[in-house]
Amino acid sequence: MTAQRHPDLRVIDCDLVVIGGGGAGLRAALAATVADPSLDIVLVSKVVPMRSHTVAAEGGAAAVLREDDSFEQHFEDTVSGGEWLCDQAAVEAFVAACPRELAQLERWGCPWSRRDDGRVQTRFFGGMRVQRTWFAADRTGFHMLHTLFQTSLRYPAIRRHDEFFCTNLLVDEHGLAGVLGIDIATGHPVLYRARAAVLATGGAGRVYAHNTNAGIVTGEGMALAARHGVALRDMEFVQWHPTALPGSGILITEGCRGEGGVLLNAEGRRYLEDYGLGPLEPWPRPRAMELGPRDRLSQAFWHEDRAGRTITTAQGNAVLLDLRHLGPRRLAERLPMISEVARRFLGIDPVTAPIPVRPAVHYTMGGVATDLDGSTTLPGLYAAGECASAGIHGANRLGSNSLAELLVFGRAAGEAAAVRARSAPRPGEALAAEARACMAPWYAMLEAAPAAERPRVATLRNAMHAAMEDGVGIYRDAEGMARACEALAGLRAAYRDGVALDDRSLAFNTEWLSAIELGHSLQLAEVMAHAALARRESRGAHQRLDAWRARDDAGFLVHSLAWCAADGPPRIEHAPVKLTRSVPRERVYGGAGERVALD
Amino acid sequence: MSERPTIVIEVRRWHPDAEQPPWWQAFELPYREDQSLLEALQHIKDELDGSLTFRWSCRMAICGSCGCMVDGRPELSCHLLMGDLAPGPVRVEPLAHFPVIRDLVIDQQDVLDKLPVAGAYLVPGDDTSATEPSRQTPAQVAEYAQFAQCINCLLCYSACPQYGLKPDFLGPAALALMARHDADSRDAGQAERREARDATSGVWDCTLVGHCTEVCPQGVDPARAINRNKGASARDYLLDLLLPGRRR
Repeated sequence: MTAQRHPDLRVIDCDLVVIGGGGAGLRAALAATVADPSLDIVLVSKVVPMRSHTVAAEGGAAAVLREDDSFEQHFEDTVSGGEWLCDQAAVEAFVAACPRELAQLERWGCPWSRRDDGRVQTRFFGGMRVQRTWFAADRTGFHMLHTLFQTSLRYPAIRRHDEFFCTNLLVDEHGLAGVLGIDIATGHPVLYRARAAVLATGGAGRVYAHNTNAGIVTGEGMALAARHGVALRDMEFVQWHPTALPGSGILITEGCRGEGGVLLNAEGRRYLEDYGLGPLEPWPRPRAMELGPRDRLSQAFWHEDRAGRTITTAQGNAVLLDLRHLGPRRLAERLPMISEVARRFLGIDPVTAPIPVRPAVHYTMGGVATDLDGSTTLPGLYAAGECASAGIHGANRLGSNSLAELLVFGRAAGEAAAVRARSAPRPGEALAAEARACMAPWYAMLEAAPAAERPRVATLRNAMHAAMEDGVGIYRDAEGMARACEALAGLRAAYRDGVALDDRSLAFNTEWLSAIELGHSLQLAEVMAHAALARRESRGAHQRLDAWRARDDAGFLVHSLAWCAADGPPRIEHAPVKLTRSVPRERVYGGAGERVALD
Repeated sequence: MSERPTIVIEVRRWHPDAEQPPWWQAFELPYREDQSLLEALQHIKDELDGSLTFRWSCRMAICGSCGCMVDGRPELSCHLLMGDLAPGPVRVEPLAHFPVIRDLVIDQQDVLDKLPVAGAYLVPGDDTSATEPSRQTPAQVAEYAQFAQCINCLLCYSACPQYGLKPDFLGPAALALMARHDADSRDAGQAERREARDATSGVWDCTLVGHCTEVCPQGVDPARAINRNKGASARDYLLDLLLPGRRR
């Protein structure tokens, strides 16, 4: 089936475009319309907003709530959790804003789990010293996303264009001038002319084979910004979640461990005590054993697996997440979704049997470098959520900080973008001609004659997965990272030569869109590999097995900044981390402590 | 390693540019028992026919993207295991009662448009500028929690014979979300929702078949939600008769 060529460009004027309808995008759109109800806001997303990957977040969102907690403690946990690679001013602003934002969600209807007296319930999470994680059973992201989506229905000034695939950001001498893309249903190009855009496109976890991410998490928002000279920061820091299902990578929430779940190796031993997270007793206590941070737990799995102390499953080696002692009532109340997931996908009832789990790529800790208000170096372009690097995660994100982040920085970006949308001059008429020129290569992909020797999308994607799993894994060395860089350069060259598409029609052509996504993913994978190779130390989630096994504050207490080139590899530079009050020291978990009650 | 067994998946296909009615296409492919139907469809797209078109995203039955008819029943393709579908053949069609955009992709705009009509959002009652969370006891949460699990996957609309006959019916999910918000102690929107609830396209259109509840992958029980609102609607009608002028 062959498409009609050169479909007409639709040009629509508006004030602000939000790209992405997940938590950050919806929060940004809501903030913008509340700040300035006269703004004409368009929310574009390649899926209907409630399909966005925020929906799959499970365990909870962090904010100081309890009397035994403080901003200072949330700050300290976050900065030490990130092994001092966090921008401390950003963390200070973040922790102070979290309670207000989660309370706002409550006022909008989020069904937070409650204590008997009606106050919001909180649970422990890895690396957090206080019960700080607000949750809605184990469907927190789902409830947050639906609350935001439903609330957006009250604001008609937010016009949605669901299933719009963004292909280009357009820029003129004043900065951002338009957002160009494809109406997926028809395959026709649409240009939104606007002076401000908020990028809220999520992470890039799908560059790896084994990941917890939805299929849409392909990272093109980051790549679109990078094409305009915006730096991608700290992209070597990829988070492996320690507990995902073997094979599928489906997430088994950290909330399991927050509720008291334990990890056992093939010998039935709680092996984390052998990896700087013990001693085992007194249990439970925060920041120890299973309540350690994700980087340490995923790294411990890697060692156990190498030592042959994992169990074998049909889908790969695993350790066991034991929840049996929580009992059926608590599992039903606090962890209903993962209980159902285990029953449905593994035929295992966590009431009676432990769940086999292993690490899988979960979160892109780097992203588009932003200021505290979400602004980037491109005037008019803002970014928030997983696609952004606001600087709060450093070398390792603590679980439940990202759901709070997308609210805090989504709001900040929306408010700043609303101001920008009013203050900059209208984009000129010439923009439409530029848009047509920008669309040409995308439509040319459909016209290319099918060549037997051209690779399929899946072939290149599988090769990218293999390169990343092989060379840029939980542990890395120079040889492996260089091998990945070389493989990815080759794959990008092959991609430029063209991919074979079976489908060359326009209407809802998901093969075409996945080919476009793949080009962006390959570029981001290459950035990750090069940024990793350039970091000659070990810190947080970036651990090396070669000469650079230790943290090096003298040389590498710095962010990486990657500037992308159209064809060749990225240019990697480093820039200082902004410290305010926490002086880098040894990062310690486990040790002595008091037993706490899990209520 | 032994040869993996194969299975036949028959997919009903359609393309708006094609000058022909929908057609069935059969694909034979290897499968594993613990593989989802979605993974089998992905295998077809990746290896056999890149033009096969379907929506998917989360792979774990929470995003609501991948609904389709499987052997005549509305299902999430990510939620079915090939071991349960073997030996096949498996027949996969787009969700019933919706216009088709292409292959398994249906046009969901009608239901999206019905959500605001049904008032499927919380209307904050008290001080909206408060920076503290309000209180709500576990018992108050339990009043609406079940209805709040709706993922908008639209399976219930495909199962609902009334929606098939009368497309202006608000339908199971929208009415469940109406009940979800009506039952929330924080909500002040019941009066706003009343018109949609009492209209001929509202709760009274439901003929109590209950298929919506049977197919719901999240146990929402839209039929119970609608029944609750039928009771509320009848009560309000009687009160209006008995107490003229009470209605705002």
